[in-house]
Amino acid sequence: MGKHHQVFRNHRQEHALTKSRVVVAAIFVLMMVGVLMGRLFYLQVVEHELYQTKANDNRLMLITEPPPRGLIFDRNGVVLADNRPIHSLTVIPERALSLPELKKALSESVDITDEEWADYESRLQDYRRPYQSITLKSQLSDEEWSKVSVDLYRLDGVQVEAQLTRYYPYGEAFAHAVGYVGRITTKDLERVDRSAYQGALFIGKTGVEEYYESTLFGHPGISKVEVNARGRIMSEIERQNPVPGKDLHLYMDARLQQYAYDLLGSYKGSVVAIDPNNGGVLAMVSKPGFDPNSFVRGISVSKYAELREDKRLPLFNRALRGGYPPASTIKPFMGLAGLEYGFSSWTETYYARGYYQINPNGRRYRDWKRSGHGWIDLERSIIESVDTYYYQLAHKMGITPIHTFLSKLGFGQTSILDLNGASAGLLPSNEWKKARYKEPWYPGDSVNVGIGQGFMVATPIQIATATAAMAARGHMYYPRMVSQIANEPATFEGNDGVEHEIKLKDQRNWERMVKAMEKVITDSRGTGRRLQGTDYKIAGKTGTGQVFSLQEDEEYDADNLDKRLHDHALFIGFAPADNPKIAVFAIFENGGSSAKPADLTKALFDAYLYDKYPKEYDYFKESSR
Amino acid sequence: MNVQFYQRILAFTNARLWRLTHVDVLLLLALLILMSGGLFILYSASGQNVAMVERQVLRLGIGMVVCLALAQLPPKYMRRASPFLFVFLVGLLVCVLLFGVGAKGAQRWLALPGGLRFQPSEIMKIVMPMMVAWYFANRQLPPSLKEIITVLVIIAVPSLMVAKQPDLGTALLVGVSGIFALFLAGIGWLYILGAAAVAPIAGYSLWHVMHDYQKQRVLTFLNPESDPLGSGWNIIQSKTAIGSGGLHGKGFLEGTQAQLNFLPESHTDFIIAVLAEEFGMVGCALLMCAYLLVIARGLFIAAYAEDNYARLLAGSITLTFFVYMFVNIGMVSGILPVVGVPLPLVSYGGTSIITIMATFGILMSIQTHKRAR
Repeated sequence: MGKHHQVFRNHRQEHALTKSRVVVAAIFVLMMVGVLMGRLFYLQVVEHELYQTKANDNRLMLITEPPPRGLIFDRNGVVLADNRPIHSLTVIPERALSLPELKKALSESVDITDEEWADYESRLQDYRRPYQSITLKSQLSDEEWSKVSVDLYRLDGVQVEAQLTRYYPYGEAFAHAVGYVGRITTKDLERVDRSAYQGALFIGKTGVEEYYESTLFGHPGISKVEVNARGRIMSEIERQNPVPGKDLHLYMDARLQQYAYDLLGSYKGSVVAIDPNNGGVLAMVSKPGFDPNSFVRGISVSKYAELREDKRLPLFNRALRGGYPPASTIKPFMGLAGLEYGFSSWTETYYARGYYQINPNGRRYRDWKRSGHGWIDLERSIIESVDTYYYQLAHKMGITPIHTFLSKLGFGQTSILDLNGASAGLLPSNEWKKARYKEPWYPGDSVNVGIGQGFMVATPIQIATATAAMAARGHMYYPRMVSQIANEPATFEGNDGVEHEIKLKDQRNWERMVKAMEKVITDSRGTGRRLQGTDYKIAGKTGTGQVFSLQEDEEYDADNLDKRLHDHALFIGFAPADNPKIAVFAIFENGGSSAKPADLTKALFDAYLYDKYPKEYDYFKESSR
Repeated sequence: MNVQFYQRILAFTNARLWRLTHVDVLLLLALLILMSGGLFILYSASGQNVAMVERQVLRLGIGMVVCLALAQLPPKYMRRASPFLFVFLVGLLVCVLLFGVGAKGAQRWLALPGGLRFQPSEIMKIVMPMMVAWYFANRQLPPSLKEIITVLVIIAVPSLMVAKQPDLGTALLVGVSGIFALFLAGIGWLYILGAAAVAPIAGYSLWHVMHDYQKQRVLTFLNPESDPLGSGWNIIQSKTAIGSGGLHGKGFLEGTQAQLNFLPESHTDFIIAVLAEEFGMVGCALLMCAYLLVIARGLFIAAYAEDNYARLLAGSITLTFFVYMFVNIGMVSGILPVVGVPLPLVSYGGTSIITIMATFGILMSIQTHKRAR
């Protein structure tokens, strides 16, 4: 220590200085501890709830278990939409081999396309919770499934998950009516409760599947689990079992539907059959159809484009959206309108020439029969489908009474209760023409409407509904698909009700019009006389709809016309006429003569009323549950 | 507390036995409190791994032996050895830069024969304040500007060498231990204010010598949410653990962040988050009290040390110990960047336990070798 004393130093002062610095340091320490405590206070007290939530988000995971979708049955218990298990290959990337190794390992047992790998890789890039599985290949074939299952023990992070998927056993004949489910898109999620659809693969896209989505879907099961940071489930905290979707029972008769579809042959067209006693749709065919199962599997872009661009419009639901001129099938209803507003009577007679003119020297509106029908009355105008009678009747009435009366029968409106996307067709009126063409309604416009041509456009479901109302003598049921949901009868609420009674000044006119429609078949000159010879009474009406208009003196010559320009062939009918159980509308596009739809209708009556199906339809009976 | 009781305590602490064995009993008690609390947290943080806790006990025991052994060495020998130790260690640091071994792009160790490894930067944490204290021991205080600059160079050389390894956490602690000695030497307040003004510039130039992963740490610190699954994950999870603990905590072994492994490094650098989650702010406050007991005793020893060398060394050692704790809790709670500083005497493993206990041995030596007055 000797060195110290050589320098003049004030040790006491130096000690005081360093000591004071120690005190300053102590104060500094306390201040900094205060900072730390302040920080902890901020995190643990002020922001506590935020972090509490974050911690719970970390550890708690909701797993939704999609409920089994309700099945769809026909009236006899035939399954139209079924659930089948499929197996998909999923990967937890955090646990699996690296991508190239995984590709190599899997290539031995499963065929995975480059497209599927690309899809997988892009989903790998998306934000996802760690340790969540990604589907690599959905719908493994049984062979692939068994091969992969054997290899699973050495493929860490790869698993096979079983899921239920939709299957439509009868395919294309039912595609438009039953509809189909497809992969859920972002747009679909806008109209449903997103949380309920977590983990679900499919959603109803069209037809009954779409309209009854919420009923068929059910409620997903939810289990709240605690997971660790590696995504492993440690415990289940809460569980709510899934509630299966409810089964639907349709009015539809699967055999009748398939039969009608087959009877259309190679023609495009539509058939709608309705039970007049309740409005239940027994058959609703739009041909050509398509295989709804391809949409469930996930249709390829090229295949979808092919369907969309097909000139035969297989994706177009003709029964609900096809706009056709009702043609002569409108005549019974037009006749009733004339009676209702006093423009015609059963006794009045009319001389039917080969044409009708509003003014002498004016345009000639031609009858289908060049020579004319001679003296006729209202009944005979139905039997022989006299065009000139309806030209003059419509001319006398003008559009307003026609519009009023046909509205009551559902024309110009969508009345089907439980399908979306139906077209309203077109029931023209003064106001409509002014709005549409900025032109007044001309008498000539009425003349065309008189035979269901001109501006008038109706859909098959509309014409069938009106036919059913005729069969029920004015009791109009809005058409409906579903009769029972689970075991409860389906109930409907429409803005305008679900049925109504069309009251005529003279209710007996219904019966008389039905009699006239019976004579369309029974009369030797009836346009539907080819349907004679049944044990039951048929009431019907033929129609041929012009696809293009003929010039005034031009002759319709089917042989020299492109088939696309052939007349549409139509038929409405119901049976038995005195106690109707089924009303049918059938249209063969470019079918030429109404013989085809008339024969089809009769075949449906035989089948539905007397179970007279060809033998090959027996498989429907066997598959009913 | 009545007077009699107080006197008994005093009598106990001044007992002849402690004098003879050169043990500062108050510091020893404070350290034991802190250590046992730490073991308790470690049991939970390690996932109730008893073997781990046992290994930690062994380490703490070795540390205690080192501490008590150093306590026997009178400070004057330390003082005399200081410059030689310093030069020797700087030489070793050069060796580390040249032939060092390590992992993750950092070389921190020297390989010794027999498979042993040795980390000179750890020892530098002790030797640095010894060197500065030695420098001022024979000089008049407060220091002149020339002396200050000399000391700053003495501090800067090893600090930058450690930073170059790179080991930012240790470099920080090495630098800080020297700076504290300088501060205690009575450096003028004007210089301190000046340094505070220059700090941003220093920070800027530091940025340019930093390695990419160090820069990444700083960037992550500034905005942890920018990379929530990558480097931000640690800090987000530790804040979540702390915040969700609330005032009273979720209970021992009940912390979901820690027990379900959401919290990374839960038994090493981030162990305070386990305490904060399971025992809440109350638990943290208690731990902080244990630290303050140690620090208070250390500062007391510094204030009443015999000479300038002892005062500067004791004060610097104590304050460095505090910085250890402050930086660790600060980084885990998200007010400082993640620089890899363990929570002293509580975090699992590491050579730091031995060096820290060595510094407490120095403190005990300083306290117990005073000539009786």
